Amino acid sequence: MGGVEKKKYERGAATNYITRNRARKKLQLSLPDFRRLCILKGIYPHEPKHKKKVNKGSTAPRTFYLLKDIKFLLHEPIVNKFREYKVFVRKLRKAYGKSEWSTVDRLKDNKPTYKLDHIVKERYPTFVDALRDLDDALSMCFLFSTFPRTGKCHVQTIQLCRRLAVEFLNYVIASRSLRKVGAVVFLSIKGIYYQAEVLGQPVTWITPYTFAHDHPTDVDYRVMATFTEFYTTLLGFVNFRLYQSLNLLYPPKIDGQADVELKPAEGKEYAMDSESYLEKLSALSSSLARVVAPTHEEEVELDEFPVEGTAEQMDARKKEQEALEKHKKLFEGLRFFLNREVPREPLAFVIRCFGGQVSWDKSLCIGATYDVSDPSITHQIVDRPQVQQQVVGRYYLQPQWVFDSVNAKLCLPVADYFPGVLLPPHLSPFVTEQEGDYIPPEKLKLLAMQRGEEPGDASEEEEEEEDSNDKEEEEEEDESEKEEEMKLKKLEEQKTQSNKALPVTVTAGKLRLEDKQRLEQEQQSEEKRLAIMMMKKREKYLYKKIMFGKKRKVREANKLAAKRKAHDAAVKEKKKSKKAQRA
Amino acid sequence: MAEPCPSSGSEELTDSEGSAYSGLQDSGSDSSSSDEEEEQEEGPGGGSVPRTRAKGAPRKRKTLEDDSSLEESKALLAQNEYEEDSSDEEDIRNTVGNIPMEWYQDFPHIGYDLEGKKIYKPIRNKDELDMFLEKMENPDYWRTVQDKMTGADIKLTDEQIDLVQRLQRGQFGDVHFNPYEPAVDFFTHEVMIHPVTNRPADKRSFIPSLIEKEKVSKLVHAIKMGWIKPRKPKDDTPTYYDLWAHEDPNSILGRHKMHVPAPKMKLPGHEESYNPPPEYLLSEEERLAWEQQEPAERRLSFVPRQHRSLRAVPAFPRFIHERFERCLDLYLCPRQRKMRVNVDPEDLIPKLPKPRDLQPFPTTQALVYRGHTSLVRCLSISPSGQWLVSGSDDGSVRFWEVSTARCMRTLPVGGVVKSLAWNPNPSICLVAICVEQSVLLVNPCLGDKLLYGATDQLLESYVPPEEERVQPVRWVTATAEEHGRGIRLLVQHSKAVKQVTWHGKGDYFASVVSDNSNMQVLIHQSSKRWSQNPFRRSKGLVQCVLFHPIRPYFFVATQRYVRVYNLLKQELTKKLMSNCKWVSSMAIHPGGDNIICGSYDSKLAWFDLDLSTRPYQLLRHHKRALRSVAFHRRYPLFASGSDDGTVIVCHGMVYNDLLQNPLLVPVKVLKGHALTLDLGVLDVLFHPTQPWVFSSGADGTIRLYT
Repeated sequence: MGGVEKKKYERGAATNYITRNRARKKLQLSLPDFRRLCILKGIYPHEPKHKKKVNKGSTAPRTFYLLKDIKFLLHEPIVNKFREYKVFVRKLRKAYGKSEWSTVDRLKDNKPTYKLDHIVKERYPTFVDALRDLDDALSMCFLFSTFPRTGKCHVQTIQLCRRLAVEFLNYVIASRSLRKVGAVVFLSIKGIYYQAEVLGQPVTWITPYTFAHDHPTDVDYRVMATFTEFYTTLLGFVNFRLYQSLNLLYPPKIDGQADVELKPAEGKEYAMDSESYLEKLSALSSSLARVVAPTHEEEVELDEFPVEGTAEQMDARKKEQEALEKHKKLFEGLRFFLNREVPREPLAFVIRCFGGQVSWDKSLCIGATYDVSDPSITHQIVDRPQVQQQVVGRYYLQPQWVFDSVNAKLCLPVADYFPGVLLPPHLSPFVTEQEGDYIPPEKLKLLAMQRGEEPGDASEEEEEEEDSNDKEEEEEEDESEKEEEMKLKKLEEQKTQSNKALPVTVTAGKLRLEDKQRLEQEQQSEEKRLAIMMMKKREKYLYKKIMFGKKRKVREANKLAAKRKAHDAAVKEKKKSKKAQRA
Repeated sequence: MAEPCPSSGSEELTDSEGSAYSGLQDSGSDSSSSDEEEEQEEGPGGGSVPRTRAKGAPRKRKTLEDDSSLEESKALLAQNEYEEDSSDEEDIRNTVGNIPMEWYQDFPHIGYDLEGKKIYKPIRNKDELDMFLEKMENPDYWRTVQDKMTGADIKLTDEQIDLVQRLQRGQFGDVHFNPYEPAVDFFTHEVMIHPVTNRPADKRSFIPSLIEKEKVSKLVHAIKMGWIKPRKPKDDTPTYYDLWAHEDPNSILGRHKMHVPAPKMKLPGHEESYNPPPEYLLSEEERLAWEQQEPAERRLSFVPRQHRSLRAVPAFPRFIHERFERCLDLYLCPRQRKMRVNVDPEDLIPKLPKPRDLQPFPTTQALVYRGHTSLVRCLSISPSGQWLVSGSDDGSVRFWEVSTARCMRTLPVGGVVKSLAWNPNPSICLVAICVEQSVLLVNPCLGDKLLYGATDQLLESYVPPEEERVQPVRWVTATAEEHGRGIRLLVQHSKAVKQVTWHGKGDYFASVVSDNSNMQVLIHQSSKRWSQNPFRRSKGLVQCVLFHPIRPYFFVATQRYVRVYNLLKQELTKKLMSNCKWVSSMAIHPGGDNIICGSYDSKLAWFDLDLSTRPYQLLRHHKRALRSVAFHRRYPLFASGSDDGTVIVCHGMVYNDLLQNPLLVPVKVLKGHALTLDLGVLDVLFHPTQPWVFSSGADGTIRLYT
């Protein structure tokens, strides 16, 4: 025998992982710094397959990182910057303590800073990678841009977030990329969800409703600020690239012509130059300056490749393209006016994205292009119970119409969206129902409309029909009852007769029809049951789990359908009673 | 204005230095002359009130002691002026010092004088009435105060009152002090033509400083050498450029392949809308249930709500929380690639031959044999398939005709029948029945008269051997009365017998005794009427035994193992692990190479003796304990009866070539027996020639499925 004794936990899984504390010690960082580093570098813990082996026999709950990850962090230049910063803070504190103000000034001037450019490049080696991970960055920037300029985080961060968010919105408007098959904007109770397709990648983000934040106390803003630090860097680079791809100037400049228009006529300064730039940009009402003068005909015709696919496929593709184009120009030629009570930014953004023209009250925000009294306005977005002075020749609509139309990819009938009217439900455009899922009737109607049918009147007709059907049914029921009574009478008569005649009667035998289909089904289901019996244990477990999930889905769908039915019935009942009262 | 206030008295002093230290002058003038003193006493005393008080107090004490008027005291003061000044102690009559005088409240004295004698409080026994009277009568009451140090009443003079009132009004104590003196501008802003001092300027004020020169030259040198650089203007705004201008596939780190991107947030459904369809709103009880759930358990993190219009939508209070939780997820959650099983559940179901193709097998219940009043424990069938025998807990054995379900004979045996077995030899008509401690060999006298006559003859032709052998059991011939009922022989065991089984030839039979010694299994030879105990040692509780249909093997099932013995070589051939907790029954394939074992933990193990000692397959078809299993003698069928009241018939095809494994397919679940006392089917049995199966149940019936 002989040989060196093998020690436990010196090879295998135990050496691949490292606990958080050990990693921190290895990097010689404090816990907040370690966290910051992990956030910036995108390092996340790993769950080892065999926890006890990795934990050297202990079952205590620990966070494990891959040793490779930590080694990778070891030669990160930012780690040194962290240490420098620590020293800086120490020196500054000392200077403050000694009241050496000139030293404080000097130190503050030489405050160590770091850049995250290389980390962005490292984490997202290709631009597409960056686009794929843009969701959180956008949501975070939009959230931070709504924070008040006091406390919580640096003012510069908030301003930067606002700038980047507005730049991104402007890009989306410029590229008209807020289009996806079906879905774009969703007003949820949490905030407003947007989805845009940027260079083929769906990017979803959420913005809160514009209210002051009630800042929670159980949230660590340092963590969020660190994330934001990285996200702003990422978003800046992404914005740059996106603007470049559209031949737009970055940082964005408002188109010269529009710029002149935007200048307040009275000569009063709206704000400081530095601020008014961002304000003008965030008005979202003007186009951006391009590097090269824009050519109006930039519609790319779909090249025909005869080799690729059959003619049908080509046709389908062409059709799709056409539909897309149509969707893109949904609001083309329409002129909107936003009343002051509606959320300006989302509406202006959406309308501009789909080619509409939009304006608002001059006192509301900079960038209003026309007045309320403009006769060419086609739609006025209003969110109040009733409008006192209505101008003939324009629709007064609630804001949901814009969002619903965009989601439905067609201009919906306006009748349901007049001010003061009970709105139809606002459906989520992110849901694509598979077969077996519950589909709300509104969605069905919408789908029919998209297919080009005219279900608007049909539903009413149906209702009427239903009413008439009900009546008919009632009549039928009456008739059938009468018939049954007749039959019963006859039977009784027969009985009495038979009693008189003979004690024994021959009743006609019933022909038992064998339902072949049912038999077949039964047999099949039994076969299936027997086959399930022969399954292996593991497969049976999996099968049962899948079937459980399916059944639950069906149950939930049924529940929703039943609820809807009950609701509709209640509504109908109310209507009827009202009618009755009127009558 | 405020600056020169203490120096007001020394107006005549034009010297600037003197004005700053006017306080000193006061003390100086204090000792200079008595006339000035008088003035000072009144004058600057206002600036330092406590001092006047301190001086005033002893004066009063003096007056009290001497009982003289204030004027006298003044004169006295003038006389004793130097005494007083020279030492303060003399002035102080009470030596207790500066202490709260309450300490002396309860004592008759108020302190000690210089000689150490007590100073008694003045006798004052004024009660409230006296006080009141005094208040009413004494016109000077308002100016009378009590000296705390002595406890005596002092009437304040007019001057003193005046001083107090002035101080109360916030005025200066000195009447003659004028706070509004015209300000004298000592340091005028107007440049005078002459210098204030006539001192010539220093030389150093004309010569450049050497130290400064040194410092400047050092800085200049440092700047020249480039050591000091001008401060760059700071630019906070980050600069962006085209980061992905050169997307070099080679620069992508290898570890990037290992990176697991964070899953995206779930997209919102209809229920999250501000105006969802009405069916997505929670009903009252759903909302209550939602509230009672733990936040982590909830399927929805919010309550769906309906708002009539967009303007009514409030801010979402947990928005920042949700973003923060997302952040935490991103950097704290371990990530793992999980392979989603994306299989069609139909694919998981094994592709088996259709039962229809495996016919014949019993499918429907054809006959019910009723008659037993208690649970029917065991069944057996004659080799011809015409007669069926059943043993029940009601202490009777019944013989049935299979095709008509008619009970041909009822044989009361006076005990619970645990097991019975029809002799498999078609030329012998004999049934072995276990009743309590004995095994009865019964000739049912059914069917061919020749046949059962021959059986009787065979039994009677027994000739007892010359020498009596020691046997573990007693063979007893039936009495005449018993003979009339059909009982021919009794094999009396020492303990209760629980199973009996025949060898294929019909001569030998084995019985299992519920015992835990080595006497559990006994093998009997009916023709020679002798028994033997094959095992020297017990290997556990024997559940059942079985003869191999062709070869001289003997199977003994204990709780968890099945042991296979070679009867010729008298040795253990194999030990089969059943993987069950408790084997209940066992059956052997007519080919002899396959065994099935039913167990109380609702498993059925199929052993292929050629393959391994472990089960080839473990079937978990039943929900409850298996009570019995059976093989068909001709068709590839086997059945199992269980406590859940079902009989499951399976197709069990065994192939002749050793390469192909047996094919097991369940073909039918037969139901019919009602559950009584938590027991369902107790025994199953196949018809020897037809694809029929009998089952006996705890409900006292026997059912035939064809």
